[in-house]
Amino acid sequence: MPKLHDLAHCRTGDKGDTLIVSLFAYKDADYPLLRDRVTAERLREHLQGIVEGPVKRFELPNVSGLQFVCERALAGGVTTALTLDSHGKALSYAVLEMAI
Amino acid sequence: MSPVLRIGCGAGFANDRIDAAVALAERVDLDYLALECLGERTVAFAQLRKLGNPKHGYDALLERRMEALLPILARKGTRLVSNMGGANPLGAAEATVAVARRLGLKLKVAAVTGDDVLDRLDRSAPTMETEARLSDIPEIVSANAYVGVEALLPALRSDAQVILAGRVADPSLFLAPMVHRFGWQLDDWPRLARGTAVGHLLECAGQLTGGYFAEPGRKDVPDMAHLGFPYAEVDAEGNAVLAKAPGTGGRLSLQTCKEQLFYEVTDPHAYLTPDVAVDFTGIALREAGADRVAVSGAAARGRPASLKVSVGYRGGFIGEGEISYAGPGATARGRLAGEIMRERLGGEVDALQIDLIGIDSGHRRVYGNQPEPYEVRLRVAGRARTRDGAERVGEEVEALFTNGPAAGGGVRRSTREVIGVVSTLIPRDQVACRTAYFES
Repeated sequence: MPKLHDLAHCRTGDKGDTLIVSLFAYKDADYPLLRDRVTAERLREHLQGIVEGPVKRFELPNVSGLQFVCERALAGGVTTALTLDSHGKALSYAVLEMAI
Repeated sequence: MSPVLRIGCGAGFANDRIDAAVALAERVDLDYLALECLGERTVAFAQLRKLGNPKHGYDALLERRMEALLPILARKGTRLVSNMGGANPLGAAEATVAVARRLGLKLKVAAVTGDDVLDRLDRSAPTMETEARLSDIPEIVSANAYVGVEALLPALRSDAQVILAGRVADPSLFLAPMVHRFGWQLDDWPRLARGTAVGHLLECAGQLTGGYFAEPGRKDVPDMAHLGFPYAEVDAEGNAVLAKAPGTGGRLSLQTCKEQLFYEVTDPHAYLTPDVAVDFTGIALREAGADRVAVSGAAARGRPASLKVSVGYRGGFIGEGEISYAGPGATARGRLAGEIMRERLGGEVDALQIDLIGIDSGHRRVYGNQPEPYEVRLRVAGRARTRDGAERVGEEVEALFTNGPAAGGGVRRSTREVIGVVSTLIPRDQVACRTAYFES
């Protein structure tokens, strides 16, 4: 089963306890597939155990991308979290594990 | 005067590489070099250092940066703008003057103060992240308002070559020179929006040029050991071409620009700064040559009514300990060590985190069926109200040497104070910035 990793590149960032996921199709032609398959609900399910709050999705056709804003996702936030990667910088590659 | 403004980014965080800033300043005829060195927590830690010694509280690398950069900037007529002032812009300016004197350089340094609002914080104000009010938070140590272009303009209108501020919003460090050079009005929101997008793209330095991006085989980036820092050629409308210092490593492409444009953006329709709210969803990125990308099309959505304030508070202490297991049964031995730690520390610290590095420390879970790794490293982290309480974590991990599973090695332990950060809002009229000048 192909993974998101084969179609898209991704960067994650943090704001407090919120994880921000930026996902872009390598090829513009794959953007409709990303848009249809990688819904907010599906990403939230995929990140079970990581994201505790709601996930909001923004469509970015100008860059063939999707932006996800995931609340309560960084174990309390970068400043106080006990997790090793308190910024969630490594989590882009958890997103790219999603089967497509 | 050239019709375009050349502005480069010489640091994307407090401890960023100095050699890359030097290469950029040397190889590109920049009008301005901006250094973004102040994270959310950095200013709170800086405030604590200043409490310990009133001369401290500015960027820890300031002197080294100035020693490396000032001779180049003086020779080329490039001005430097930075938030390296941290909690003490006046101290930063004095330290810069001292470096300039040692180097035999005559220059004027401006210090911009006024972002520190700890003395007028409304403790009944809500926090943006939680249900709590500021009055619910014990031991607030810092409160710094994010200030914008307005704070930097007086210094830019002077002949100061170095401008040092505290909590200026990151993109405003880049926008202010554009506003000054092109004479944009502070309610000319469309131009401010375009300039802010350029500033946001530049502010993380190497993250625009292949840093935090590379993946061998899929996203290859050449010569990363010499990753070059970016700059922009901005026109009077706020449209820009992004580029990279010539002869350096790295890569600036549509892909790197896309990732950075939306980095840490919580609402692509309204990216908020003190200067303007920017809609990124109509931005057009276009390849404009090797390692060159043109950016246009950011739109304005007015300006936020209030300023955001970053509030730092003492959040207790975190103790950490790690120990490695390798070879046959490494995972089972690591797990056993983790169980022992949970039993011994669970009731003692306020919160406990146990990870196996090599298995679940990065993603906090595992995707798919992965083979067992050859080696694992147990990591234990615990939070406590006192330093002594947090020290217990490292003590217990170290005791695994003689009391834990077979062949545990490489213990490292540390304890650090936690500074938590929450945000609140403050009316604009409660924040007034001032500029002081120093000469070498």
